[in-house]
Amino acid sequence: MKYITKVALIAGALFLAACEQNSRFDNPLGGRGAGDDFASSGLASADNPTTPEYFRQFVGDSVFFPVNEYTLNAESRSLLGQQAEWLIDNPNFDAIVQGHADERGTREYNLALGDRRANSARDYLLSLGVSAARIKTVSYGKERPAQLCSDESCYSVNRRAVTVLVAGQ
Amino acid sequence: MTRLFALILALLALALPVSAQQGPLRIEITEGVIEPMPFAAPSFVPVNADAKEIGEDIASVVAADLVSTGLFRQIQTASFISGITSFTSPVEFADWKAINAQALITGQISTNGNQLVIQFRVYDVFAGQELGNGLQFAGTTEGWRRMAHKVADAVYTRITGESGYFDSRIVFVSERGNKGDRSKALAIMDYDGANVQMLTDDSNLVLAPRFSPSGDRVLYTSYETGFPRIYLLDVGSASRRVLEEQPGSISFAPRFGPDGNTVVYSLATNGNTDLYRMDTTGTGRVRLTSSPAIDTAPSFSPDGSQIVFESDRSGSQQLYIMPATGGQAQRISFGAGRYGTPVWSPRGDLVAFTKLNKGRFHIGVMRTDGSEERLLTASFLDEGPTWSPNGRVIMFTRETQGSSGQASLYSVDITGRNLQRIRTPYGASDPAWSPLQ
Repeated sequence: MKYITKVALIAGALFLAACEQNSRFDNPLGGRGAGDDFASSGLASADNPTTPEYFRQFVGDSVFFPVNEYTLNAESRSLLGQQAEWLIDNPNFDAIVQGHADERGTREYNLALGDRRANSARDYLLSLGVSAARIKTVSYGKERPAQLCSDESCYSVNRRAVTVLVAGQ
Repeated sequence: MTRLFALILALLALALPVSAQQGPLRIEITEGVIEPMPFAAPSFVPVNADAKEIGEDIASVVAADLVSTGLFRQIQTASFISGITSFTSPVEFADWKAINAQALITGQISTNGNQLVIQFRVYDVFAGQELGNGLQFAGTTEGWRRMAHKVADAVYTRITGESGYFDSRIVFVSERGNKGDRSKALAIMDYDGANVQMLTDDSNLVLAPRFSPSGDRVLYTSYETGFPRIYLLDVGSASRRVLEEQPGSISFAPRFGPDGNTVVYSLATNGNTDLYRMDTTGTGRVRLTSSPAIDTAPSFSPDGSQIVFESDRSGSQQLYIMPATGGQAQRISFGAGRYGTPVWSPRGDLVAFTKLNKGRFHIGVMRTDGSEERLLTASFLDEGPTWSPNGRVIMFTRETQGSSGQASLYSVDITGRNLQRIRTPYGASDPAWSPLQ
């Protein structure tokens, strides 16, 4: 059930991204999936696998957590595995992992919890061979929710660690 | 002795709802509903023509302060039988008795350029005598609200026997924008929401400001560097400096010790949040906890000997007390649900906290041994209590539900009565109450 929700959300996000780019580039991308051929789309950079846009859209920048937890499930480890691969292939980018919490906690506790989540994701990336010097962490606690509603459909995507690429040192 | 105007707030260790009763006039502590004490506060008599308007304004702020406590009820001017046209003439007690004004506040105001002098007296109407002696405050016309608050504090103290809290300020976070992209700035205002001033701009996320014991400095957390760090701000000059910038870690939840030179706070390194203390100079860092759990939201006891904080070392967020130098911590919260953001009361006897239980948030108080827990509020999201200087009132953040949810400030008596919203120009969160100025 949770998995289906997430797939739907990701699909929704991709659809929005597509709409936005359609309007800017007038080049419909149409339906897509992991197997689509991006080389012919002509989009600015999401078809170029060395760009942050590609990383965000097709590797995936976020992993999600259950209430008050910070351990990674199989799905999250798999996604972080792809992030690690990408980071190793693209040494000109470093990353800041942002940890976030849903709004059902106190401000200070959520900052600490977001820090735990960011470090869970970072530790896993490091265990896969990404250099420690390349990955920083930050916690936003409950200050920057991805979705704004006040129910579990939003909370489940707000309890997250987001890998944000920055230009390498 | 029959109508002795002796209002005794018998604040037994745990204050309960109070009510004014007939017979010898006093405020008794009962579980019953309060009957606020009726008082009259006619406009303060202007000595010179220029002072007329300010005299009306001051009397209305004094009255608003008293009414806001829930302990007093103002008798409207329209029902007055006689007015006060001279500060020095004898009071016609019969006229005030007839409208059941138990207390009467009279005053006179004179101005000279921007100089302002207030004189006032408080009367026990039914005893037909003055309560204490008249008082005089002198200041400037720009500071008229503060002087009004000082008058109200003096009246409050004479009638309840306790120190007041009206001449105090609130530092808080002023919020704009939707909750996915909210901008936040530090702001300061009078306790009643007047005179809002920004202390920072909103270009960086700022969180949870805390006053120094003398109210001249503020500790807070800012994302100025992109990472949460603790800053110290001078209220007068609004100049600030970073206190803790350990690379690779984040610091937050700072609070002053009662000496004003000590800071206790959380530092998170490699996913583990512990408590530390240091000097306000940014030196002398000492680690206080080293559990693999989250230890945060520390608050000193008023004597500086102990620290109450929250930790999830038991598996869920709970409250603990440890010596201010670190060491063995004693868990004090054992009720259902999770507990966070403990704050030691200025009297030292209570701890205010945020409680999360069954999907609801509460502000509550308990004794420092964890006994006599009482929840004062309930809503979708209440958090972050701060004590009034006299320990009678708690202010906190309440955020509404949903995608358009907004935060605002509320106050509530430690009796659980008198819940009030404090009006602010924008959204507001994370209040911290100053000492009495």
